[in-house]
Amino acid sequence: MRKIYSVLVENRSGVLSKVAGLFARRSFNIDSLVVGETDDRTVSCMTIVSNGDERTLQQIEKQLNKKIDVIKVKTFDEPDAISRELMLIKLRYNKTNRRDIMENCDIMGAQIVNIAKSTMLVQICDEPENIETFIGMMRSISIVEIARTGTVALPKCTE
Amino acid sequence: MIGADAMAKSLAAEGVDVLFGYTGAAICPFYDALERDTDIHGVLVRTEQNAAHMASGYARLTGKVGVCVVTSGPGATNLLTGIATAFADSIPLVCITGQVNSSLIGSDVFQEADITGAAESFVKYSYLVRNAADIPRIFKEAFHIAGTGRKGPVLIDVPQDVQEAPIQKFSYPESVSLRSYKPTVKGNTVQIRKVISELASAKKPLICAGGGVISSRAEKLIREFAHRFDIPVVSTMMGIGVMPTEDQLYFGMVGNNGEPIANYAMNNSDLLLVVGARVADRAVNRPDLITENKVLVHIDVDPAEIGKNVGPTIPLVGDIGHIFSEMLKQESIAKVPENHSGWLNELYNTKGASDAKKAKKNSEYADPKTVIEAISRLMDENGVYVADVGQNQIWSCRYHQVRGGRFMTSGGMGTMGYAIPAAIGARIACPGRQVIAVCGDGAFAMSMMELATMNQENAGIKIVVMTNRRLGMVREYQTYHLDGRYPMVRIESEPDLELLARAYGLPYLKLDGGSDIDKVVTAFLRQYDAAILDVSVDPDEDTPR
Repeated sequence: MRKIYSVLVENRSGVLSKVAGLFARRSFNIDSLVVGETDDRTVSCMTIVSNGDERTLQQIEKQLNKKIDVIKVKTFDEPDAISRELMLIKLRYNKTNRRDIMENCDIMGAQIVNIAKSTMLVQICDEPENIETFIGMMRSISIVEIARTGTVALPKCTE
Repeated sequence: MIGADAMAKSLAAEGVDVLFGYTGAAICPFYDALERDTDIHGVLVRTEQNAAHMASGYARLTGKVGVCVVTSGPGATNLLTGIATAFADSIPLVCITGQVNSSLIGSDVFQEADITGAAESFVKYSYLVRNAADIPRIFKEAFHIAGTGRKGPVLIDVPQDVQEAPIQKFSYPESVSLRSYKPTVKGNTVQIRKVISELASAKKPLICAGGGVISSRAEKLIREFAHRFDIPVVSTMMGIGVMPTEDQLYFGMVGNNGEPIANYAMNNSDLLLVVGARVADRAVNRPDLITENKVLVHIDVDPAEIGKNVGPTIPLVGDIGHIFSEMLKQESIAKVPENHSGWLNELYNTKGASDAKKAKKNSEYADPKTVIEAISRLMDENGVYVADVGQNQIWSCRYHQVRGGRFMTSGGMGTMGYAIPAAIGARIACPGRQVIAVCGDGAFAMSMMELATMNQENAGIKIVVMTNRRLGMVREYQTYHLDGRYPMVRIESEPDLELLARAYGLPYLKLDGGSDIDKVVTAFLRQYDAAILDVSVDPDEDTPR
């Protein structure tokens, strides 16, 4: 089972290490962990994606809540959230595959943001699943390197 | 005024009267200010770990937050085992460490250790102080965090330059404001009512009391509750003393090393109230047995403990004292039967059958059971009994009879060498009370340096050393798990305990198979001040199974 934790924490030095340390110490998995400031400069938001059985996922929430630097923990399942990830991917290209790459980028909504004689840099922002699909499409072309942000997510709007 | 003055004055504002520590360059400004600004007495220990154990003994007896203060680097790392021990047993401590100058942090200079990093997984919270002006707020928060909710150790690491930095004026905050820390005290009323309705229909209810009951100071309430509704009680190791041992509703300690009747009661109850206990492996090694065919109620102040090791039917978060008084106030409590004689008779009958199996033997050695029973019987009614770790601990848990006093031990961490320093801390907290430390010869070797601290502080405790020239608990484990191979458990060439006692100026008494146990124990307990009782125990003696 996968779970997304949106964790509001005090924006202080050492807090990331305390939260990451908690996951290591209790053998909780981290699929991805993203930290950024919120509209309140004293508060950061950590988006953590984890997996495990139900008891583990519940323990993660409880143990996070126990941390004194943690202000609030929101938990949600993937279908109830909008999740996004940004990836930069550098590709080696040549005359024969250039068209192909551009078409694939079009289909997936990716943009070429930087280009040189034999390499280009493509950016894509999408659901983590689609990022994986895009990587799969590019695998037959020569991938030079990849940088991914990890997942950020917020629960869907309900009124 | 400098940062160190603010530290000392903050401790005074918290009502601290004694602290335990070891000095060094990086904490010198603080100790200077402590003498300059306050009447707080500093107890100089002989090794830092014991500063934390003494503070723990002090905290457990007084209910106040214990304080220990050591220097940077090795001083701080020596303290770690003590911090972890307090964390495992939820003992409130504020641990203060000196640190190298702020500008040098991270450069691996002399006596620098990243102590907040090292201690992270076994402190409730930690601070690395960057500005002297933050000291009053941080100290206020630290005492609040350590002593509320699920109690535990809080670490404050203070660089030397912060201790020496000038500050304008000292004003101690009246209250704390921590948006992210609000422990639940009151139990949820809906859940409380559910528990009562289960109690009303249960035929075989049982209370399993853990250390949380003592931590919440709710022993009296649990006793009254059990007696009003005629409900039997068992305890975990940390819960020993919640009920007097001789109470007819008390059936002893549960677990691997517990009373068979206590485990029988756990497994055969139809409603089990686990109160302030973690349900960890040594107490319940088969969680399925306490969840099958019964309603399990788990009451704890720490929501993370509930569902961690067993999934309860009814979780109930809050302070135990609050929850039990709230239960008694509910109207529906009138429906709970006040007689469970059928269930109690089942327990008495089963207990009688297993008691009969115990047999005594004759030998050149003293029988630990008889010795511990004699100590319990002959010690002061309100005396404090501190058991160390190992066979002596199991014998103590099984045979020590708590009457009006306290029983303390290192339950969660099982830290050898805990008893002597914790007993000294307890004696310093309550100079009028008789305090007895019981340890093996292994743990005695780990903590005997503190006999000097004891003498220096006039904090005489009675020390019982179970001498069997073995690390007995491991030796016993090896019998069953290593097919009778016994590596690394023989402790030979120990110093002559009688001469050692003389070196520390202490009376020495000895017990072996030929001794009149009551006579020797009486003589030992009647010593005006500290004394050592050397009990010669059979190296092959096992703990009860």
